[in-house]
Amino acid sequence: MTAELPPGLAIQKVDERIMTLNVGPQHPGSGHMRIVVQIDGDYIVACDPDPGYVHRGEEKMAEYRNYITNIPHLERPVIHDSCNVLYPYVLGVEELLGIEVPERAKYVRVICSELNRCIYIMYWLAIYGIFLGHSTMFMWPAGDRELLIDLMEKISGARVTHAHFVPGGVRNDLPPNFEEVCLRQVNYFEKRIKEYAAVFYDNPILISRTQDTGVLSREDAIRLGTTGSVLRASGVNYDLRQKEPYDVYDELDVHSPVMKEGDSYARSKIPWLDMLESCKIIRQALEKMPKSGSVRVKLKPNPKGKGLDSVYKRVESGRGSLGCHIVSDGKVEPYRLKLSVGSFRNLIALPYLLKGEKLGNMPSVYWSLNYWPVEADR
Amino acid sequence: MSSDTETKPAAKPVAKPAAKPVELPAFEKSISDKVVEKFGDKVEVEFVKENRVGIKAKREDVHDVAEFVRDGLNYDHVESVSGVDYPQDKEIEVVYHIGSYSDSSLAKQILVLSTRAQREENPLPGKDATKLPSLRDIFYSVEFHEREVFEMFGVYFTGHPDNRRLLLPEDWADLPPLRKDFAIKGR
Repeated sequence: MTAELPPGLAIQKVDERIMTLNVGPQHPGSGHMRIVVQIDGDYIVACDPDPGYVHRGEEKMAEYRNYITNIPHLERPVIHDSCNVLYPYVLGVEELLGIEVPERAKYVRVICSELNRCIYIMYWLAIYGIFLGHSTMFMWPAGDRELLIDLMEKISGARVTHAHFVPGGVRNDLPPNFEEVCLRQVNYFEKRIKEYAAVFYDNPILISRTQDTGVLSREDAIRLGTTGSVLRASGVNYDLRQKEPYDVYDELDVHSPVMKEGDSYARSKIPWLDMLESCKIIRQALEKMPKSGSVRVKLKPNPKGKGLDSVYKRVESGRGSLGCHIVSDGKVEPYRLKLSVGSFRNLIALPYLLKGEKLGNMPSVYWSLNYWPVEADR
Repeated sequence: MSSDTETKPAAKPVAKPAAKPVELPAFEKSISDKVVEKFGDKVEVEFVKENRVGIKAKREDVHDVAEFVRDGLNYDHVESVSGVDYPQDKEIEVVYHIGSYSDSSLAKQILVLSTRAQREENPLPGKDATKLPSLRDIFYSVEFHEREVFEMFGVYFTGHPDNRRLLLPEDWADLPPLRKDFAIKGR
């Protein structure tokens, strides 16, 4: 019977002692994915993540659209981090076309990217809070997030799906008086998120639920190829904004946070520290930005690459390194476009972390991976 | 194409091709030289760009090259595995983007290792000749990426412990969807 099954499908033997649980895809605690957990009593003995419930074929769609019309749909995998998900694509297309971006546009991009990183992390923090049963941590980030959404709305005109980055710069210049408004809101935002420590990160209940659960060692974090906050929580100092600075990150002072513990607590604290760092980067960028100038190189209609060529560009998104591999054959559409996203890369750590954990610890470990199912599926 | 509608100062696009004949980046060149020194004409250096080195290997050599890349050059994880379908060559290319966390001198670098599998006109994923050796025993991080390439392109990775589907539904019975002959309806 098993021999006749085509490759790709498998039948599992059932052990009487082991119970198999399907967490998701309808269960809210798993996001838009299914996690098949096998439990022995209260302990997880095996875990098999099953993503793909929100697979939309972004990579296939990209092969049918030209480099400009690809922009709005490529940000769909993570709409609340839309600037960062477009960033490597835009950088890649610029390299294919050989365009140099104006200085001011680079700063605007950095500001948008950092604002978006905070918007994403606040959304994630709200979800993390509610799945640990901490309702305040759902309400506060969801509310304070509006401060930054408001700024992005001023910049791009859209609250969530900005589609603001284009090959050659950004779509529009900043609105008048933006610098003052941005500085004011970001300063207030920073003051607000510092208050989260007292209610959430120093909360003994959170600490007892997350400390020493799902420990990922430094060696395993490297071997599994994890990225972003998961990697930095395990003591590996790797942030592309420092290591491979793109646009103007080399002119800014970036200190990405690193923790050594590798447990759920560290993984949940790193994004919060990231936000504090983002606030500093935004202030620096506002200060150093040229006060006027062009923000966009106008492209010819239907831009196309020069013959068979490929680029791989990566940026640091809210969930870690986000790579974009574009293969061009000299036509107006990309021949192949591949997004290598942080969520998909971190997913491989889930079976490792859950093995031997109590079932009740599953939400704190799973959501600490900074995982966004829609992005992983693309 | 014929008329430049809104071109910016032409100086910058022109400056790029002019920079090309100039020396290849030295550090990247040293990486590709090490690979060539070890494998000779078994490998082909596809490109040497800033922070990116492209190496092409035949499918029977790719496992050895990857092993050397890990043990001899200190790369330690795979960031991305993408398949690219070339129907006119009757081949499917699989591209590994390999990076390093533990060696700080390689932090910027990505080694692009590509290899090509035979492409079948009428694919039977897993049962036809579209096969490549899996790199999972060398780079653990390719596990999910190779599963994705298998379901999306039909490239079976021999030696991969778990070749199940990942993103596609279990009852998908059409062509592997990222192949060029799978067309989106209405397009």
